[in-house]
Amino acid sequence: MTARPLRVVAAMSGGVDSAVAAARAVDAGHDVTGVHLALSRNPRSYRSGARGCCSIEDSNDARRAADTLGIPFYVWDMSEEFADTVVDDFVAEYTAGRTPNPCLRCNEKIKFAAVLDRALALGFDAVATGHYARLETGADGFVQMHRAEDHGKDQSYVLGVLTQQQLSHSLFPLGDTTKDVVRAEAEHRGLQVARKPDSHDICFIADGDNAGWLTEKLGPKPGPIVDESGEVLGAHEGAYAFTIGQRRGLRLGVPAPDGKPRFVLDIEPVSGTVTVGPRESLTVDVLDCVKPLWCAGPPADGEYTVQLRAHGDEHAARVEVADDETVRVELIDPAAGIAPGQACVIYDGTRVVGSATIDRTSRLARR
Amino acid sequence: MTDQPAVAYLDHAATTPMWPEAIDVMTTELARLGNASSLHTSGRAARRVVEESRELIAERLGARPSEVVFCSGGTEANNLAIKGLYWSRQALDPSRRRVVFSSIEHHALLDPVTWLAKHEGAEVAMTPVDRTGRIEVEALRSAVESDPSTVAAVTTMWANNEMGTIQPIDEVVRIAREHGIPVHSDAVQAAGYVPLDFAASQLDAMTVTAHKLGGPVGVGALVIKREHDPVALLHGGGQERDIRSGTIGVALIASFATALDLTVQRQAETSARIERLRTRLVDGVRRVVPDAVVNGDPASGPTHRLPNIAHVTFPGCEGDAMLMLLDAQGVECSTGSACAAGVPQPSHVLLAMGFDETAARGSLRFSLGHTSTEADVDRLIEVLPAVHERARKAAGVRGVS
Repeated sequence: MTARPLRVVAAMSGGVDSAVAAARAVDAGHDVTGVHLALSRNPRSYRSGARGCCSIEDSNDARRAADTLGIPFYVWDMSEEFADTVVDDFVAEYTAGRTPNPCLRCNEKIKFAAVLDRALALGFDAVATGHYARLETGADGFVQMHRAEDHGKDQSYVLGVLTQQQLSHSLFPLGDTTKDVVRAEAEHRGLQVARKPDSHDICFIADGDNAGWLTEKLGPKPGPIVDESGEVLGAHEGAYAFTIGQRRGLRLGVPAPDGKPRFVLDIEPVSGTVTVGPRESLTVDVLDCVKPLWCAGPPADGEYTVQLRAHGDEHAARVEVADDETVRVELIDPAAGIAPGQACVIYDGTRVVGSATIDRTSRLARR
Repeated sequence: MTDQPAVAYLDHAATTPMWPEAIDVMTTELARLGNASSLHTSGRAARRVVEESRELIAERLGARPSEVVFCSGGTEANNLAIKGLYWSRQALDPSRRRVVFSSIEHHALLDPVTWLAKHEGAEVAMTPVDRTGRIEVEALRSAVESDPSTVAAVTTMWANNEMGTIQPIDEVVRIAREHGIPVHSDAVQAAGYVPLDFAASQLDAMTVTAHKLGGPVGVGALVIKREHDPVALLHGGGQERDIRSGTIGVALIASFATALDLTVQRQAETSARIERLRTRLVDGVRRVVPDAVVNGDPASGPTHRLPNIAHVTFPGCEGDAMLMLLDAQGVECSTGSACAAGVPQPSHVLLAMGFDETAARGSLRFSLGHTSTEADVDRLIEVLPAVHERARKAAGVRGVS
């Protein structure tokens, strides 16, 4: 953390992580203002279980944490930006047969873009969040992002879209801490949210039923479910209810000839055709990625590790930056269930190099 | 610079500091033992305080003591008036299903009216306003006269809380009385800043609350003629003419009476002083932000505008950003209204006046009160240029134009 005191906007969701992050920014001597982002146009009054956020209760929890810390607190209405970028993108991606990650999009377009830009314009220097990731300034003067100390909580994947400009105005005070320590610290600081459950799932789909939410939003769009030979095995009400690698909920009347489970292999958005097949057919090793975002400029071609979904495994891979728009990633060992639309975040050890969106997957002929 | 206040409080329309005398009375009365409904000596002594307070309040408002019904404040008084009159008038004649109200009412009136429409089958007729925020009387007249026998009640606020625009209550009363329709007025913002005379106004019911005039939060009154018997919202011990049950808050009421008494006695002098401060504020704002637009009725006085409210649109800015930046500089004001989660909402009053949503979001309300000083105003004018510059930049980032 910088020695110079900064004017900091602490984004406070009402959860324990962002409250402790704000507290640590205060302790570091920064001039901190708590800001709760209103992302929903019609906030619900109360949280239901671990799902959803942005309820009035969350806003009040954030306000109480700010009171405890003795910092000013405001609510910023970002519901329009959130609807226009994150929610619309989520719907458009599913409509196109891809599997988006809205949290990553929110970090890219809202928290470290709309919010950061507004904060900078209003005279702040940085935005602090409760994300688990570490920032370091390298010998070259560039800000580097690393995986969090707590690998189980590490959120560098959903931050892999941040550019140098964004990173240089970000603070992640929890990067060197485990969740247990954060909860204990919250308790010690007298923060009311110390024992509040973590939130999971997608914040704007309160009941966690993504398929149901999409069906309601997009209406039924029936299509066939076929096997790899094209034989029709069943029908569905909307291809957007499926994601690559999905096994459950296929509702196929006919069992596979070999009796083994079948997985979603491909989604063709125009005809709405969903192709299913055995696990072996799911594995791929070539990822053609688009729209790369680099933390500090494009990397040299070579061996890196990649992560392909939130909390997913690391894979060793050869990364080749074709041009400004495309990156080819070749996995050393084939992997299963990789969905176009997801981000491929590239690491050099613990350091985030950048990210790109998976556009197409395939298998090398030689294998 | 001398006497710079720690905080320049320019939000007196939200709540205003209690008079020291009202605090003294309140703390003294809090020590008093006795339920004002008890029959023994202590109870009678407590009741005497309540009744003397009622008499004082009645006198200062031009009402009879029996017309003063104490309750928890403006929201409750408005709910009691509009729901209570709707139900009691309907009980007498089921065809009385219409409620005539204005588009600029406070939520404490707007929401019970829409609740009646949604849950009780009321038909609502909303009176539009002009660009200064004053109701269009002819529209109200035609709403009433289209079918007078079906109107349960007419309600129009005395002065608008965001704009300060004073409404033509005389004319509203004249139109409704021709047809024997009761008229209610929410006078929460007007009380203390313009003379109020309930009897002379010929209103049937009027809402006032203590904390807008230097009394405590948590007490107010519905002043309502004895011939009306609104259906109660709260049922219980039958206090307050059986219109408003609940143990009587002796200390709150005594403090309310003290505050109202002082406010009314000093009203002419206070209003004149505050009007001069407002002029200083408006001139200063215009000087440092030449494109700022002052909304509402430019003329002051009991038929035009409250002396204490200046509502200003800053083109190309967002009100909530300015509020935050001013707050950081020790200047406290308001954007109008916020939802329960704290998100600033475009004011329904400005939208009703014909402003678009961007202008409605780019506005601030500065409101003065009995403790306001030139130093408060000067503090605002001193910090405003830098705040305005930043807010305009931030709005540019968000694409507000």
